[in-house]
Amino acid sequence: MAAILEVDGLRKAYADGFEALKNVSLQIEQGEIVALLGPNGAGKTTLISTICGITQATAGSVRVGGFDIIRDFRAARSIIGLVPQEINLEPFERVINTVNFSRGLFGKPRDDAKVEEILRQLSLWDKKDNQIRELSGGMKRRVLIAKALSHEPRLLFLDEPTAGVDVELRKDMWDVVARLKSSGVTIVLTTHYIEEAEAIADRVGVIAKGEMLLIEEKVQLMQRMGQKQLDVQLTAPVTQLPETLEKYDLLLSDDGATLTYSYDTRADRTGITKLLSDVSASGLVLRDVVTRQSSLEDIFVDLVHTETGDAA
Amino acid sequence: MNLIAIRAIFAFEMARFFRTIAQSLISPVLSTSLYFVVFGAAIGSRIQEVEGVSYGAFIVPGLIMLSVITQSISNASFGIYFPKFIGTTYELLSAPVNFLEIVAGYVGAAATKALIIGIIILVTAFFFVDITIAHPIAMVLFLLLTCLSFSLLGFIIGIWASSFEQLQLVPLLVITPLVFLGGAFYSISMLPPVWQTISLFNPVVYLVSGFRWSFFGAADVPIFLSLVAIAGFTLACLVVIWWIFKTGWRLRQ
Repeated sequence: MAAILEVDGLRKAYADGFEALKNVSLQIEQGEIVALLGPNGAGKTTLISTICGITQATAGSVRVGGFDIIRDFRAARSIIGLVPQEINLEPFERVINTVNFSRGLFGKPRDDAKVEEILRQLSLWDKKDNQIRELSGGMKRRVLIAKALSHEPRLLFLDEPTAGVDVELRKDMWDVVARLKSSGVTIVLTTHYIEEAEAIADRVGVIAKGEMLLIEEKVQLMQRMGQKQLDVQLTAPVTQLPETLEKYDLLLSDDGATLTYSYDTRADRTGITKLLSDVSASGLVLRDVVTRQSSLEDIFVDLVHTETGDAA
Repeated sequence: MNLIAIRAIFAFEMARFFRTIAQSLISPVLSTSLYFVVFGAAIGSRIQEVEGVSYGAFIVPGLIMLSVITQSISNASFGIYFPKFIGTTYELLSAPVNFLEIVAGYVGAAATKALIIGIIILVTAFFFVDITIAHPIAMVLFLLLTCLSFSLLGFIIGIWASSFEQLQLVPLLVITPLVFLGGAFYSISMLPPVWQTISLFNPVVYLVSGFRWSFFGAADVPIFLSLVAIAGFTLACLVVIWWIFKTGWRLRQ
């Protein structure tokens, strides 16, 4: 598969010296869905804005569909659709007019059938003659998506498409994304929600403080995140593990009072029941049992801490 | 050249004009009629003739200029300020269009609206006074250039403004006085010599004078100077807009 988006050494520094992006590089293949996760102010929106031409990069290069976004800005931008985070729409415009306007702005001749198809796909067709101000928040967000899709982009950016959206609409949005993917559109979305990335993304990137900390297959990341630890606290410390427990790869704490067992929450059998019965069969007496799971937050903190060397 | 995009912006802006057609047209026609009543009938009856033309007819070119200039500025500045205010400029900046195309769409629409209003005022004037147009081609040329150049200025003001107050500031504090002192309602030859000299620093004098010349064949300043002044002003506005898009000033971070 060919890369539809190549970002190389992208930097963005503002006049006041704040560095919103620090040497970000990434490649996105045609047809995949990539979720960019990161806390507020991590640089997600700046990254998207720079790729789309709204923000000027300080250094680095971006190619979309093989076209440089500065030298071949027309060819590059024609491929891109952008759904911004904020709901920015002219309140007095009618839905159909604003979507037709977007299509024209991107240089595509008027095509009523295509626009109808897009509006129907987003359940907006009945509302096509409504003024934007008459629509609910969720509907307005759909209008933004319709505008972004109006010129049939191959690469779609969704900047926090489900921020402040109720659960039902969020599921709807995921369906929309899945349909777009099946029609061959590459999607890059930013989000706060790990479930969202889990539900729809093929790959997940983590951004913090303007740096791309990792970008990897969702499955692998989920495995790492799916790791859970079970601490078995004993009434009396031990110096050595009983032989019957060796197969569990247990970690014995320094004081000998806690056994730690790591397991995958996604596995069919986590082995907890067996472990606990083996522990009591070996004569050890349980005082308490605690489980711990690393959250996305932990991973952020961990990554930021280890990779940039400062306390998050 | 992304002609489709220019047309899309133009049509979108004109749609706003036609949506509010009543206030877009009625108010300039009404205010012009009021000027005719006040200046033409009430005051004009005490002034015999100015440069061989009845006072009522004499003020027609100035009145058209007054409306065309204020309309050009307010249409163009609002046209680009409103998207900025509600945040829809993201779409313009991420679209495959260059600055000339954006300007052609917005300024073209603003200038067209002002032109329509100018023509309507001219037609209205025919109901009040007898007017002859000595140089129709020059008249159209002056009208078009004025619509264009002041729409460009309005576009700059719209990008510069960061609040609705600022949007009103330049038209109110700079343009209105310049137009009123630009000989719209009098010939500068009627002023004391000192004020005549000062008036020559007012660019609007050259516009009104040239435009009036196209009606009556008489001008306060040489017609050539009028053309140079308006062409130079148009060019200056274009250079400023080119710089705005090049640097992204007030548009792009």
